[in-house]
Amino acid sequence: MTEPAFLVDGVTVEVRERAILRDISFRLEHGERVALIGPNGAGKSTMLRVLAGTLRPAAGRVQLDGVPMATLTRGAIARRLAVVPQQTALPFSMRVEEVVALGRLPHEGSLRGATPGDRAAVAGAIERVGLGHLLGRDARELSLGERQLVLLALAVAQEAPILLLDEPTVHLDLRHQVEAMELLRDLNERDGTALIAVLHDLGLAAHFFPRLVIVEHGRIIADGPPAQVLTDERIRETFGVEPALVRLAAGVSGG
Amino acid sequence: MTTAPVPAGARGASLAVPSRIGRAGWLAVAGVASLFVVLIGGIVLGSADLAPATTVGILAKRLLGVDLGQTWAPTAEAIVMDLRLPRVLTAMVVGTGLAVAGATFQGLLRNPLADPYVLGTASGAALGAAIAVLIPVRTLFLQFGLLHGLAFAGALLSVTVVYKLSRTSPLSPLTSLLLTGYAVGSLLSAGLAMAMYLSGTGLRQIFSYLLGGFDGTNWARLAVAAPLILGGSLAILLRARALNGFLLGEEAAAHLGVDVKKERTILLALASLVTAAGVAIAGLIGFVGLVVPHLVRLLVGPNARLVLPISALFGASLLAAADVVARLLGGVPVGVVTAVIGAPFFLALLRRARTGYEL
Repeated sequence: MTEPAFLVDGVTVEVRERAILRDISFRLEHGERVALIGPNGAGKSTMLRVLAGTLRPAAGRVQLDGVPMATLTRGAIARRLAVVPQQTALPFSMRVEEVVALGRLPHEGSLRGATPGDRAAVAGAIERVGLGHLLGRDARELSLGERQLVLLALAVAQEAPILLLDEPTVHLDLRHQVEAMELLRDLNERDGTALIAVLHDLGLAAHFFPRLVIVEHGRIIADGPPAQVLTDERIRETFGVEPALVRLAAGVSGG
Repeated sequence: MTTAPVPAGARGASLAVPSRIGRAGWLAVAGVASLFVVLIGGIVLGSADLAPATTVGILAKRLLGVDLGQTWAPTAEAIVMDLRLPRVLTAMVVGTGLAVAGATFQGLLRNPLADPYVLGTASGAALGAAIAVLIPVRTLFLQFGLLHGLAFAGALLSVTVVYKLSRTSPLSPLTSLLLTGYAVGSLLSAGLAMAMYLSGTGLRQIFSYLLGGFDGTNWARLAVAAPLILGGSLAILLRARALNGFLLGEEAAAHLGVDVKKERTILLALASLVTAAGVAIAGLIGFVGLVVPHLVRLLVGPNARLVLPISALFGASLLAAADVVARLLGGVPVGVVTAVIGAPFFLALLRRARTGYEL
């Protein structure tokens, strides 16, 4: 495909006349993976919502596969991109595999239920994310981290060529953080899924993503490989921590 | 650096967990069987005794054209065909509608305590129907049109108001929806009382809306309401996919390809239509829409493709059975019977809601 997965040009988002995003321009090729980093309130989640098409910007244009986002139906968008939210509340008791199966919704018809192909995608996603031991469990009784993995499996089952993730590792323990990151890298490198992940852990981001986009005060202030954008000075200024602390925590050997 | 395609936990794990779809099949069979039992029971039982064999004979002759070689008095045939059969069928149709509307409201609003009664939708329909009674219209056609039209308008208006108000409340979604439904319902009850005060000769009919029941049913009324209720329920069933999308919330529904605003509007309108048509012929009957979908969901999970049709079957049986009980108790309003079953159930749900639902 020659068209970029995402083309964002001059996007501005305002909430009650306060600019949340200002003049954001950004391009994501198919097969790329990008970590979106920045301090709290920088506009990362808002940017993700613009990319997911659930928030329409006040100005600027967003294209998905070369098609203006505003002209696409929700169904068409859902077949092109999947979103992993941070957390979601379940009103009813629901088994893990039933939650994951919701990822097949964009592929279902109104009359026809799940096909063998749908069931295979669900089983594959459950295995890939490593949820086999949770089958049959009520998703509401899982830990926060386990539920986050269930949501990740749901998005994997959706089999969209683009994946957006909002802090996918925030509730995970260290082992699962690394496993989730390895899964994302695998989805990207083996399946060619384009990824945009909002991350707070700079070490994980630098280690697993070849391209980082730093957002601060609603603007993109840096975009490039970790070694280039994650300088000591920037870590100190933008994130307000000592660089040594970041590197130590993730065990990354040098920038 | 090696890439592990499958994280460690997944290896050796089996996907062979019994699906709930098989169980849903058995439940559907049981639901159809219960419909037949309640149909025969509902015709046999009543103030005038009819033998089950006679009842089956009359039904076979009149509905299927099969002569089973039995004889019966003309009065028996009149009781079966003109009184009890339309009554049982009306109860079944209304029960279907209430259960489907309840399942729809619960799924759409993501609230296990939502139902047409709790949300004030049924009260809105009752007020609309009462206003229709107050308007003097001579022709039967116009009368039915006015009745159903105003009941629908009342239901739609009340559900819209409750929905919008509950969303602007700073309280938790569960609490705000229940409180808003209660407040709007109280206001509508006051309107109903006012309509009764102004009614004069229509008092009895308006009062019967309040009580809820199937005393005044006949084929003509059923013929108007049944297409609305069954058609509306079918239209909801065809949107089960969208309803499933709402399980994880509106934002997640959008991510899964659901046009949230459009589907929400359509589903709220259809559930209101089904509720209103039921209220227009049977008055206020609570808790069927709450109890049935909840129990079905416990057994087959929250998939709307299963919950909707199975709730429809059991809603039909439950309400027709409740009507039989009401008749056997000497003609108490059926709303009393469903309330006696449903209110404790509602309270039990409310207790569980604290732990089960994220507030």
